[in-house]
Amino acid sequence: MSGVKTFRIAVWAAIALLCGILIGFSGYLPGTGSKESIGTGTARVGGPFQLTAHSGEAINNATLAGKPYLVFFGFTHCPDICPTTLFELTDLMAEMGSAADRFTPLFITVDPERDTQEVLSQYMTAFDQRIVALRGNQAEMDATVKAFAAFYRKVPIDGGGYTIDHTAGIILMDAKGNFAGTLDIHEPRATVLAKLQRLVGA
Amino acid sequence: MFRKTAAALVAFVTLVGPASAHDFKVGMIEINHPWSRPTPPAAPVAGGYMILKNGGPDSDRLVEVTSPIAARAEIHRSLVEDGVASMRPVDGLALEPGVAVDFEAEKLHIMFIGPKQQLQDGDKFAATLVFEKAGAIDVDFAVQRKASQPAAEGHSGHGSAN
Repeated sequence: MSGVKTFRIAVWAAIALLCGILIGFSGYLPGTGSKESIGTGTARVGGPFQLTAHSGEAINNATLAGKPYLVFFGFTHCPDICPTTLFELTDLMAEMGSAADRFTPLFITVDPERDTQEVLSQYMTAFDQRIVALRGNQAEMDATVKAFAAFYRKVPIDGGGYTIDHTAGIILMDAKGNFAGTLDIHEPRATVLAKLQRLVGA
Repeated sequence: MFRKTAAALVAFVTLVGPASAHDFKVGMIEINHPWSRPTPPAAPVAGGYMILKNGGPDSDRLVEVTSPIAARAEIHRSLVEDGVASMRPVDGLALEPGVAVDFEAEKLHIMFIGPKQQLQDGDKFAATLVFEKAGAIDVDFAVQRKASQPAAEGHSGHGSAN
């Protein structure tokens, strides 16, 4: 009898532990350095930033208010995940139709030195016209990366040139500018669509 | 009846499949379906993918890639670690005997630097792969949006699984 009781206690302890782990992880946004948020359910993402769109328009956290938005970091010297993300978003937005008008995807370059406004304005013609590429000067970049608890680092390459390590994944922000989760473009398409639809309340 | 259907199927696959299966071989190295994504205008780089299979008893290495469409090409590996994406050059890609290296699955790509033209869905472009032991071979890369989907304009059967 006591064996069964011990087993029961062990099971409940395991469930409690598992729940604790799940709750702990739910607020953790990898790579954003926001580890202090574990257990709160909401990472500390969001804050003032000011950048320039590929169209030349000034964009900041205030101009974006009132509509959910997506943020992802990248650069045009990335042949793989950055254009893939942009092409995938283009497809997803086509699939979502007018519901895709209800959020603004932002592609923030971590390489403003090479990604000039001219380069970005040409580059972005390949994608859904609702996707906005953004760049800023060093101070603006640093403030933006901080606002999204993100990370980037310039890494020299042997034989010249450089590459940039940066936060992967897409950060979701709600209409009030609050952190609303993340998505990975490599997640199953249905999951990505569901997250976007939830974000815009569709 | 079944035999006839099977024969027809084989004929169909033979007609449709290999026409676009797009494989190459040099020495004991098989190169399966080199492909690349379309590039946006002004894109300073393009990525290339393929599956390399070493059917020989000895290890080999992919040591160099060149293409007339790019200023130069490098082998890179992408990595996402602790939520941070990075990309590093690979100095020669080891090809062990009997092992297939799937660039996409292993987060590898050929980085074509300074493409001289914008790559459009359905295009093909030439490149030369140089292996340490097997030597050099000219291949062409098919430009398509996705690995698992055929390129536009009837290039059906370009899937990576073929």
